Amino acid sequence: MIVELGHFCLVIACVLAGLQMVLPSVGLFRGNLLLINTGRSLASGVFLFTVLSFCALTYAFLTNDFSVAYVARNSNTLLPWQYQFSAVWGAHEGSFLLWTLVMSTWTLLVANFSKPLSDEFRARVLIVMAGLSVGFYLFLLLTSNPFERTLPFYPSEGADLNPLLQDFGLIVHPPLLYMGYVGLAVPFAFAIASLWSNQLDVSWARWSRPWTNAAWAFLTLGITLGSWWAYYELGWGGWWFWDAVENASFMPWLIATALIHSLAATEKRGVFKSWTVLLAVFGFSFSLLGAFLVRSGILTSVHAFAVDAERGQAILWFITIVIGGSLTLYSLRAWNLKSVVGFDKSGRENFILANNLLLTISAAVILVGTLYPLAYEALNDGAKISVGPPYFNAVFVPLMLPLLVLMAFSQRSQWAATDLRVLVYGQGRLLAGSTVLGVGVALLLGALDLWICGIATLAFWLTLNLGMELRRRVKGRQAPWRRLLKQPLAVWSMVIGHFGIAVVALGIVSAVMMSEETDLRMAPGDTATVGDLEVKFLGTEAVQGPNYLSDQGRLEVYRAGQLLAVLQPEKRRYLASQSIMTEADILVRFAGDIYVALGEPLSEGAWAVRIHIKPLVRLIWIGGVLIGLSGFLSLLDRRYRVRSVLREKKISERQGSETAYV
Amino acid sequence: MKFGPMKAHRRARLLQILFLLVLAGLATTFLLQALNSNINLFYSPVQVTSGEVPLGQRIRVGGMVEAGSIIRASDSLKVGFNVTDLAGSTFEVNYTGILPDLFREGQGVVATGEFTRDGLFEAEEILAKHDEKYMPPEVAMALEAGDSASSALP
Repeated sequence: MIVELGHFCLVIACVLAGLQMVLPSVGLFRGNLLLINTGRSLASGVFLFTVLSFCALTYAFLTNDFSVAYVARNSNTLLPWQYQFSAVWGAHEGSFLLWTLVMSTWTLLVANFSKPLSDEFRARVLIVMAGLSVGFYLFLLLTSNPFERTLPFYPSEGADLNPLLQDFGLIVHPPLLYMGYVGLAVPFAFAIASLWSNQLDVSWARWSRPWTNAAWAFLTLGITLGSWWAYYELGWGGWWFWDAVENASFMPWLIATALIHSLAATEKRGVFKSWTVLLAVFGFSFSLLGAFLVRSGILTSVHAFAVDAERGQAILWFITIVIGGSLTLYSLRAWNLKSVVGFDKSGRENFILANNLLLTISAAVILVGTLYPLAYEALNDGAKISVGPPYFNAVFVPLMLPLLVLMAFSQRSQWAATDLRVLVYGQGRLLAGSTVLGVGVALLLGALDLWICGIATLAFWLTLNLGMELRRRVKGRQAPWRRLLKQPLAVWSMVIGHFGIAVVALGIVSAVMMSEETDLRMAPGDTATVGDLEVKFLGTEAVQGPNYLSDQGRLEVYRAGQLLAVLQPEKRRYLASQSIMTEADILVRFAGDIYVALGEPLSEGAWAVRIHIKPLVRLIWIGGVLIGLSGFLSLLDRRYRVRSVLREKKISERQGSETAYV
Repeated sequence: MKFGPMKAHRRARLLQILFLLVLAGLATTFLLQALNSNINLFYSPVQVTSGEVPLGQRIRVGGMVEAGSIIRASDSLKVGFNVTDLAGSTFEVNYTGILPDLFREGQGVVATGEFTRDGLFEAEEILAKHDEKYMPPEVAMALEAGDSASSALP
């Protein structure tokens, strides 16, 4: 009964979203303010019914209702309750229900936290978002209904959730990632609304900035978490594979990163107007493309959901309509978009232009590598190829190096004209200092490698420049430390975000260049030497978990005769699906993770054992979290909130009281 | 229209455009080169047995792991197994390292590596799947190719 109600709620949500698209449109056409404002209340309705629907599916999971086909395929009575809960989004249908839930959440937020917008403009934004939602709901209801029953002959036991997904990472990773993916629909809707209303001043950039920052921050955290999950859960010790689906999340991130920078330039200086609109369109298009790549199964990927041509086709049509429609609108209106101000020599605009070029080109080359197998197959009579990680490394790294250099160099630049001498001043000393630090880090890691020295130097150079920028802001003032704390949060956000990039760069180069990886056969009592460590294999013992049996290995790690830790990696056999899972065990140290995983049992109690040492690999995720947090920090900046309050005040009292804040 | 000496700002614009074109051309060349040196062609068991595969070139192969064909060395991580399309075409694969969790007899497999001699594939990487219900498109294609090849025989 509850399941049918859930299905019914989904239909109602779809209908309400349709109304949310149609009614305000009619209102705009007729000039009827009452109809125009229906979008706001309908957003609450859509959200409410999607939540109800989501709760119904969750209920079906928690009560082990195996008459629901989706539950039967992805759950089991032995599954611990937290995984029964997260199994709701463990496969295609449920995860798309989560997608629509996230979409309705963003719509609700935009409807209720958009005070500075005029009623008309808000209505247009909501119409665009409602239009997208209708597409999502129809896709869900027509091709991937999670509430489908298998009556009357339903199984008495479910097939279980894929063991890889029975993990804390899966509980959090998809919601974060979807908040990012779908969140990019907000700047998209703002851009379309401003094209549609011909309101092509810079205000749309100002309004969509906090939303874009929020979506980008979620996307950053989602990708970071995914990388961390792959590292500890897949049992290969890798943290990035250039897999098609990873690329599908990375491309929108690159575009969104370009977008948050060009939005800033558009808002502050009125430049790149049409380019920013295009980026907003492409950011969301890449999100949809990602959904297509993951859910159609056309590319071989470690992430692929089961292949379904019909779903793939439906998404492809949706993408075609969205991209085609928005580009048509763009071409009709873009001639209006002239930048008001010209470029000033060596102003921050120039660096943002370079940033945008490098980021979009890297997104483009990743796109080429990701889609090339499809193009090749079409052109060569179905011949299958794959594009290996060496391609991506070969094209991506040369693009990131100049980006890092420019990032370091440009931190102290100002909007409009910056005297080049001011930028260059002191860089020699900073560069010398960071070279010393960079070489120092390389020596600490134990290898005077050119890559490590170079990247570490760049990372320190960027960090020192950030420090100099902070110093410039408080220099010559009284009580500099207190002054530092009083800097606007937007400044801190910028500093922390870019510092995060430096941290990630250092983590990547040391994890890539300094990792020690050994796979070997170990019988009980065998000792292996990896780097400066000795690892002794004591054997395995059988352990029983809630829904699996496990061989738990015991390995003692010694350094210079001293016992550092006992690691207990597992090889699990999940009872319902009989599938085998590797559970790595990791000793986290500053000098480098010691990563141990069991391969397969060999003869006479011996096992295949994988031992990796990964120096500073944690910095990759620490940096990623810093970058993500910086996005949220910028949202808390008073200037975003105060501006809307001020506007209201201005309108009601017709007098400005900005001086207090600006 | 009047043709005459170009105005200075136009000449500058022209140079800018030319510069950008050259840059774009270089970038594209570099991109295609990187792409072409890093693609791995996929071959099915039928293509392997009919001698279509190049020796000593990095490629990918795939099919089903033949039941009862897995042989392990007793002192190292060396493992050998046969890959088949279940329609008569089979070849050997050698691999040293840890096999993915979902590697099993009678399951689909995709391997990257090279043929060192006729019919012996030295794999560097064996592809794993998140989901065992999921069949790699390449393997599905290889099985189909095997089916149509064998049904064409009398």
